[in-house]
Amino acid sequence: MGKLKFLLLGAWFGILLTKAQVISWYKIRAMFLFQEPDLYLIIGSAVGVGAISVFLIKRLGLRTVAGAPVDIPGKTLDKGTVIGGFLFGLGWFATGTCPGPIYAQIGSGEPWALFTLAGALTGAWLYALLKPKLPH
Amino acid sequence: MPSSLLAPWPWWVAGPLIGLTVPLMILVGGKNLGISSSFRHLCAAILPKSTLAYLRSYDWRKESWSLLFVAGLVLGGFVATCFLSSHPQPLLPPEIHDAAGALKLLGGGLLIGFGTRYAAGCTSGHSIMGLSNLQKASLVATFSFFAGGLTGALILHLMTGVAWGPGAGGGS
Repeated sequence: MGKLKFLLLGAWFGILLTKAQVISWYKIRAMFLFQEPDLYLIIGSAVGVGAISVFLIKRLGLRTVAGAPVDIPGKTLDKGTVIGGFLFGLGWFATGTCPGPIYAQIGSGEPWALFTLAGALTGAWLYALLKPKLPH
Repeated sequence: MPSSLLAPWPWWVAGPLIGLTVPLMILVGGKNLGISSSFRHLCAAILPKSTLAYLRSYDWRKESWSLLFVAGLVLGGFVATCFLSSHPQPLLPPEIHDAAGALKLLGGGLLIGFGTRYAAGCTSGHSIMGLSNLQKASLVATFSFFAGGLTGALILHLMTGVAWGPGAGGGS
């Protein structure tokens, strides 16, 4: 199966994001305006299942299906976590879209999501350009 | 096909299944769930001659799984909308489909790309994967994401008077 499994894993995740309506501008707006609890419950229950899974994987010393040891790198906390995180939050609200849903929106036939993707790629390039000068 | 499958899935179905993607990625893919690294990937692949260290140091050929994963996301959006939805809802408001709306999405997208790379993760990599792995950085990142989003909502409230709270309308 090789690397094609990632296409299937991505499709699984894309179907879930779409059916959960996490890719809807309306749902993101309703979340940030506290009009509906749905998205908070989705994130909360996802983290609950994810955390139990990671705990069990570590506790039982599971290996990947390919027999390799499991590698779960930690995340580094720095100034970028806060500043970058805040800027992303503004963009999340403005577009009603976070990174995964950009791709799922394109697949769902929303052509204007291509502008969001073009903006995101420009933003990533801008970060590459400014990285040496930014506080970390 | 049962009509409940074709309707939007309730949070108690969709949320836990989204969480299951964490162990699936680890055990089947040998990778950690994350999407925003694909922006770096695409930049490095589109600009192979870039001298910027952040792009030059990234071996996008070796990390091709990231591109396949986001191609899968596009495919998943297509399958869910065309075959698993009886009444697909609009994802973006109709009035955004003009030049001003395109500029707004470009600007917002810029904040998404810059912010997620600066924070080294997005809702998937930090708020789902990182929190599942009890990472302090991911908790700080998640609070920062929401601080940004709620600030946006506050600005909109002050500018347009849009109402807060339950019963104020909103989500379809």
